[in-house]
Amino acid sequence: MADDQVILLDYWVSVFGMRVRIALAEKEIKYESREEDLLGNKSDLLLKMNPIYKKIPVLIHNGKPVCESLIIVQYIDEIWNDRSPLLPSEPYQRAQARFWADFVDKKVAPRGVLWKKGEEQEAAKNELVETFKILEGELGDKPYFGGETFGFVDISLVTFSCWFHAFEMFGKFSMKAEFPKITEWAKRCMQRESVAKSLQDPKKVDEFVVEYRKKSLGLE
Amino acid sequence: MGEEVVVFDVWVNPYSRRVETAMRLKGVPYRYIEEDLGNKSPLLLKYNPIHEKVPVLVHNGNPIAESLVILEYIDETRPQGFPILPRDPYERATARFWSKFIDDKCMPAITQACWDEGEASDKAVEEATELLMFLENELKEKRFFGGERIGMVDIAANIVGFWLGTIEEVTGVELMTRDKFPKLSNWSIEFVRSNVIKENLPPREGVISYLRKKRLTR
Repeated sequence: MADDQVILLDYWVSVFGMRVRIALAEKEIKYESREEDLLGNKSDLLLKMNPIYKKIPVLIHNGKPVCESLIIVQYIDEIWNDRSPLLPSEPYQRAQARFWADFVDKKVAPRGVLWKKGEEQEAAKNELVETFKILEGELGDKPYFGGETFGFVDISLVTFSCWFHAFEMFGKFSMKAEFPKITEWAKRCMQRESVAKSLQDPKKVDEFVVEYRKKSLGLE
Repeated sequence: MGEEVVVFDVWVNPYSRRVETAMRLKGVPYRYIEEDLGNKSPLLLKYNPIHEKVPVLVHNGNPIAESLVILEYIDETRPQGFPILPRDPYERATARFWSKFIDDKCMPAITQACWDEGEASDKAVEEATELLMFLENELKEKRFFGGERIGMVDIAANIVGFWLGTIEEVTGVELMTRDKFPKLSNWSIEFVRSNVIKENLPPREGVISYLRKKRLTR
């Protein structure tokens, strides 16, 4: 383990990259972070390590690539299994954790409310609000999605919390007013060092979203 | 595993078959409930309120949805049985990657390529071909994606191994030709012939006539 070489191909504002940063920090793993120029030129290393999707994050562990953020988080949990478990140990709880993380990927990740306009944007906003209603219900009065301890589902969703303000701006709704439990939960997670140092400043995310909409999507 | 296991299923649905295949590989008895997706049962809606889809596995009253999540659950609760996922963490990550690739990319592309018409279909055929080529290359010289025996990726690829042929026959779209995909073509033959898989596939003619009817109503 002491001789492990761990490289993370990342992008500063990526919610998926942030998930891996959190997992690595939770496990206190030393790694080299390499920023990819996703909107410009992807590195040869990225294209070689992720030829299928050509996306980040990619974890390169002793030269071998692991792709897809939730798969990487599970891999990290299984390799460095001597500390800070990220998934529950009981199979049914693990299945529930995987289900909900998959739900976040399917329903929160697309962020159509930011990238679309007109009717499509309105539909995406409605779907996002419905999704958060479900998540608010699922969280309930628990401190974390997994219960008493911070874990897989929390990691899968908390990286979006630095994007919440952008959702509010473009979706014209208030996370705090409509989803008080999720709002509190996000604050609670931010008290963890692994989360605080992995997430991006929401103001910078907002700037990124506005810029991306203009330059890459031609939207105001 | 033990005790009561129920699988909510639809006979023609490849995702449901994945779950049944895994149960049979592990030798776990289960009760099968056929769902009519046009008229979903209150039990299905109770056990999968989020997606309202099959398959759902209910173990001692506890439901689990999403076929790939269910496969991992089955594997973890019966670790001494036939291994569905590899034991090595890196190989597990690889198996998860390819299974997800099949669901996230191959399935939608195949659906679009075969069922859409005109220009949309041509572009989709190109995309589906490119995606299938990744699978072709991943197979390398292995008999199955799992190696000597079938594994999670083979089970997930049941759509490619069996259902794709039926869709091609019904729509006339040719995706997985032998000259372009010699390895995948050989694999699909091995796949449908392998023991537990062959006992658990729906009747080919039944699937074809179901798809023909579906095509008419599109």
